[in-house]
Amino acid sequence: MRDKQIEDLKDYKYGFSTDIESFKAPKGLNEEVIKFISNIKKEPKWLLDWRLKAFERLKVLKEPDWQKPKYPKIDYQDLYYYSAPKSFKDKPKSLDELDPKLLETYQKLGIPLNEQKRLNGIAVDAVFDSVSVATTFKETLTKQGIIFCSISEAVQKHPELVKKYLGTVIPLTDHFFATLNSAVFTDGSFVYIPPGVRCPMELSTYFRINASDTGQFERTLIIADKGSYVSYLEGCTAPMRDENQLHAANVELIALDDAEIKYSTVQNWYPGDKDGKGGIYNFVTKRGLCKGKNSKISWTQVETGSAITWKYPSCILKGDNSIGEFYSIAITNNHQKADTGTKMIHLGKNTKSKIISKGISAGFSDMTYRGLVDISPKATNSNNFTQCDSLLMGNKCGAHTVPYIKNKNSDSNIAHEATTSKISEEQLHYCQQRGLNPEEAVGLIVNGFCKEVLQQLPMEFAVEAQKLVGISLEGSVG
Amino acid sequence: MLKISNLSAKIENKSILQDFKLEINPGEVHAIMGPNGSGKSTLSNILSGKKGYDVKGEVLFENIDLFSLETEERAHKGIFLAFQYPLEIPGVNTNVFLKTSLNAIKKARGEKELDAIQFLKLVKEKAKELKFDEEKLGRQLNVGFSGGEKKKNEILQMSILNPKLSILDETDSGLDIDALKTVADGVNALRKKNNSFLIITHYQRLLEYIKPDFVHVLMNGKIIKSGGPELALELEKKGYENIN
Ligand SMILES: Nc1ncnc2c1ncn2[C@@H]1O[C@H](COP(=O)(O)OP(=O)(O)OP(=O)(O)O)[C@@H](O)[C@H]1O
Ligand SMILES: [Mg+2]
Repeated sequence: MRDKQIEDLKDYKYGFSTDIESFKAPKGLNEEVIKFISNIKKEPKWLLDWRLKAFERLKVLKEPDWQKPKYPKIDYQDLYYYSAPKSFKDKPKSLDELDPKLLETYQKLGIPLNEQKRLNGIAVDAVFDSVSVATTFKETLTKQGIIFCSISEAVQKHPELVKKYLGTVIPLTDHFFATLNSAVFTDGSFVYIPPGVRCPMELSTYFRINASDTGQFERTLIIADKGSYVSYLEGCTAPMRDENQLHAANVELIALDDAEIKYSTVQNWYPGDKDGKGGIYNFVTKRGLCKGKNSKISWTQVETGSAITWKYPSCILKGDNSIGEFYSIAITNNHQKADTGTKMIHLGKNTKSKIISKGISAGFSDMTYRGLVDISPKATNSNNFTQCDSLLMGNKCGAHTVPYIKNKNSDSNIAHEATTSKISEEQLHYCQQRGLNPEEAVGLIVNGFCKEVLQQLPMEFAVEAQKLVGISLEGSVG
Repeated sequence: MLKISNLSAKIENKSILQDFKLEINPGEVHAIMGPNGSGKSTLSNILSGKKGYDVKGEVLFENIDLFSLETEERAHKGIFLAFQYPLEIPGVNTNVFLKTSLNAIKKARGEKELDAIQFLKLVKEKAKELKFDEEKLGRQLNVGFSGGEKKKNEILQMSILNPKLSILDETDSGLDIDALKTVADGVNALRKKNNSFLIITHYQRLLEYIKPDFVHVLMNGKIIKSGGPELALELEKKGYENIN
């Protein structure tokens, strides 16, 4: 009797694509394409040189293959590295000039760009394929000296800040995908919070891949100057397509003395169909540097989408007394795969880190938690606490925990706890007897399981995330 | 209200119930007594919709074929089972569970769901009536509850959900003397509203507080004897061996 209901819900509701004419760079990865991107964005020479340097480096780097989820070889020459709505050739100056099709797309996604329909006082930067299409609430933020714009705009208007910080957390030479991103990144968000300012609203970027055969390589740079605070959230969706699409973003966070950055992700890229066809390869490099003393960086991620999720949002705790946190919910269903976790690198004295990871696997999916806690000899009196829980649904999925622990300091300590549990038939029956259908029952149990992480999200998003958690496990029971 | 005809049930090819018959009318209280392993919990599980049994026969609940309904649909229609061994659900707050359950049922019936404040008021009132420690409502469902507390939690849920037919599977086992009385009070309060009960018990003591209309003896997969409250007393004296 409930089959119909499940059928309705199972659809990936963001799976539509926008029929909009796009303007693309020629297919392929070469110097010409990089110059094309740099040129169309009217970039200064230093940035083009920087990109080309990355490209040189890329030529000698090997694509890593130590991860658990394997994927067919990607033909990097068969991808578009730049795609923008055609109406963007002459960048619209205001929302009124924006292509109505784009406004409509974001409306459908539940992200109104129109400020009259403000999204609970959340400032949004919307990135469509390779370009940022709109940033809301700019004026309100500017009054406090906060810069929140696309990275392309920041390159034009605040080159000194971009030049000073770009690539300082994820160096050009870091690893294959990060270096690829440095060579071809197209757009993304830029945030600067001046000293002593507490950002009065959530800043949020909404990423949307629309065009086919297109990789999305966005770059985000967030700088919290001394004594400032910012909470930032990113959301992502993509249309349903049969082929796999690559998303290789770089996100760099820098917190100076006494500053705090809270970075939350609700990742809901298209996961592929139930037989594992299509879906996004989400290979992202996210790294935060607690540069100043008493600084804090906190990552919260809810990863429910993508065919393969492969990422380790990390903290480098350089400043004395700095704090790094990682709260994660990763859900894989059907044939999805995830290899995710974090790295906490303790360099300063009295540095603390906390890792709370909740992995849920269902269907034929496979989930790996991989994490590194590294306490350097200088990081005296430092500590880490790691809690790593896995929940399995059914017996065809897998869950693995791979913690790497390096404690080079005798008065610092690392505590690691891990559990694996399963939702039992009896538990489901108990809930159903009390009137919940199997999906509601699973939703309730799973939300209970990841409560600690959901609580970390900004209020408005916690509710959404909670629903998303339920929806992504749809069809995994019964 | 409930009409069971020719019900037989097997599990892993082992026959547990055969040709089982029982009819319960609105407002009636039926007690079932029977030796360990005679199939009492099997019966309540089947009525609740638990899977894994090979079932034949017919069960009508308010003239609807019970086997055509999913477990949760039975709950929506007003069937409640107080489990012999209530389960623990780690991570799920007891209050949240109760509220989700009540609202799922209300929603299915097209009734207005309760908001947080209305719910808290209701749950506090019921907890007080049943002398259920409110502090426990903030804990994970049944996790770290004592055996008796788990049983009381079942009765608390029953009184919040106000079911038409409540099946109590050995709810009295493990309850202290005072708790037994409060549980009986809970049942009697619901009974006034023309709700029906199927009470599974090993002890006639409970039946002193909840006067049943009928007592049945379940042996060898079927009801071998039925009578009034006096049958429970007779059983207590004679034991199952000599009841026929
Ligand atoms: N999953 C199962 N697999 C095999 N046998 C089972 C299963 N469940 C129950 N049984 C058997 O079915 C019979 C009836 O069990 P049931 O739990 O219904 O008894 P009961 O009357 O409730 O007993 P008690 O008074 O001890 O609670 C028992 O012999 C039991 O061992
Ligand atoms: Mg039993």
